[in-house]
Amino acid sequence: MSMTIEARFQIKRQDFILDIDLNIPARGISAIFGHSGCGKTTLLRAIAGLEPCSNGYLRVADMLWQDDNLFVPPHKRSLGYVFQEASLFAHLDVQKNLEYGLKRIPQSEYKVSLDQAIELLGIAHLLTRKAAQLSGGERQRVAIARALATSPKLLLMDEPLSALDMTRKQEIMPYLESLHDELSIPVLYVSHAPGEVARLADHLVLMESGKLIASGAIGQMLTRLDLPLAHGDKAAALIEATVAEHDEEFNLTYLDFPGGRFAVSHKDLPIGHPVRLRVVARDVSLTLEHQSQTSILNIFPARIEEMTPEGNAQAMVRLDLNGTPLLSRITRKSASLLDLTPGKQVYAQVKTVALLS
Amino acid sequence: MKFDMLNDADLTALLITLKLAGITTLLLILLGTPLAWWLARSRWRFKFLIEAVIALPLVLPPTVLGFYLLVALGPNGPIGGMMQWLGGQPLAFTFTGLVIGSMLYSMPFVVQPLQGAFAAIGNRPLEVAATLRASPLDRFFTVAVPLARPGFLTAAVLGFAHTVGEFGVVLMIGGNIPGQTQVLSIAIYDHVEVLEYGQAHWLSGGLLLISFIMLLSVYALNRRFSVTKV
Repeated sequence: MSMTIEARFQIKRQDFILDIDLNIPARGISAIFGHSGCGKTTLLRAIAGLEPCSNGYLRVADMLWQDDNLFVPPHKRSLGYVFQEASLFAHLDVQKNLEYGLKRIPQSEYKVSLDQAIELLGIAHLLTRKAAQLSGGERQRVAIARALATSPKLLLMDEPLSALDMTRKQEIMPYLESLHDELSIPVLYVSHAPGEVARLADHLVLMESGKLIASGAIGQMLTRLDLPLAHGDKAAALIEATVAEHDEEFNLTYLDFPGGRFAVSHKDLPIGHPVRLRVVARDVSLTLEHQSQTSILNIFPARIEEMTPEGNAQAMVRLDLNGTPLLSRITRKSASLLDLTPGKQVYAQVKTVALLS
Repeated sequence: MKFDMLNDADLTALLITLKLAGITTLLLILLGTPLAWWLARSRWRFKFLIEAVIALPLVLPPTVLGFYLLVALGPNGPIGGMMQWLGGQPLAFTFTGLVIGSMLYSMPFVVQPLQGAFAAIGNRPLEVAATLRASPLDRFFTVAVPLARPGFLTAAVLGFAHTVGEFGVVLMIGGNIPGQTQVLSIAIYDHVEVLEYGQAHWLSGGLLLISFIMLLSVYALNRRFSVTKV
């Protein structure tokens, strides 16, 4: 059984052409990222079977949903779809909304129980309300639970947070993360918000004007210097680490990753808990020798892999920390003074690091 | 001037009117629903032709519609002739003929509210239902129909009330056969012709009241049913 999602679509609309050939892992959260109007939603709808298109191909793990001679209609695809606006059925209360899909799948397919979905999204207190009596964030949580209750083999989410304000976004994020941690349902998550992607995604699909630009593991994608994500003020690397130790004396928490150990201010997390760190390129400086007389705690040996000029005065450097990529933005002058070239051993000093989850 | 209460003929006319309106409305809802659904969802470029035909009775003098129906349903007309050929009766001056005429005459009052209600639902709830494993027919009955409930109520009441109020078409194709095709509006006309204003008052007042109560309930119920879009 192949654990990938393979999709090929060519969809022509009046002012827009989607032409994509995609092969991504059928596990974890894959973010489909790109500017508005680049075809993300059309791609998602095509995968759901909502966007009629001939000569496409779609296989999700071992399920063939579309090829030259086959088109499985949407209601026969084991998928959940969360739309941009929650789109709850206005004539049904929350409970009935949740049961709508559940009632329509055979019992042998029950994997996620309704109670589990309700608890995961924290909506137990809303069950008797009508959709109109819910806040935007609550509606979206019900919509997610409703999709989950059908025990889908693939969950499609079309910018589920974009219609919500910052507070509501913060309210839903933890639920999405627990989705990721507790259910083994692959998720395709359409977004144009880099913050959401950095926080949630394992895999990143980059799109531009209907075409696939690149696709790969998120840590790699964010640090690929040939992609726009690794440039500009917000360029940052993601590091997967685990909680290793708490330092009572200095109120610090140590986080281990293959390239070394981060010290961050105390986080109330159990030992062994996985965390995702975000390190912004401009917060990383480079030295040729290990500085000992410095206030910076997080210093790691690194090897320069690649460098490109960044604007007139700066350079973006991609480092390898024992397999983990990291970005550093320095001035071209520093690069020249230190004689930095690919392959050279340096030390990366990380000034600040943000915990994403 | 006499101020008599209703006589037997008036009561019969009332019953025929209610029966005609009831059957017409029922048939129109049954046939108009799929038609309205198709009109609301189809992207066929000549759809407007059908829409215009359905709307014709809104602007046509009822006597014109009635005249053509009389010709078509009569023994020498295409429909009446076919009925005779099949061994039946021509439909002019029969209750069945009245039902057919009423259906055509009241069609826009049923189809248009339904079409509007279906169009107002939009595609999204149906797509959501599809991703929740509902087949097309399932989606129609569990999502489209409940969401279009105000439209159904409006369609039923307008169709019923409009049929109760028809005069010209009935006069043309139904004639004025007491106990068969004599409906309320024609009974009123007959009373006025022979200056029986009392009975005309009773019938007219009753009709006015019934119509007003029906419309009142539509608007009140539709306000209660109205669902906020989410």
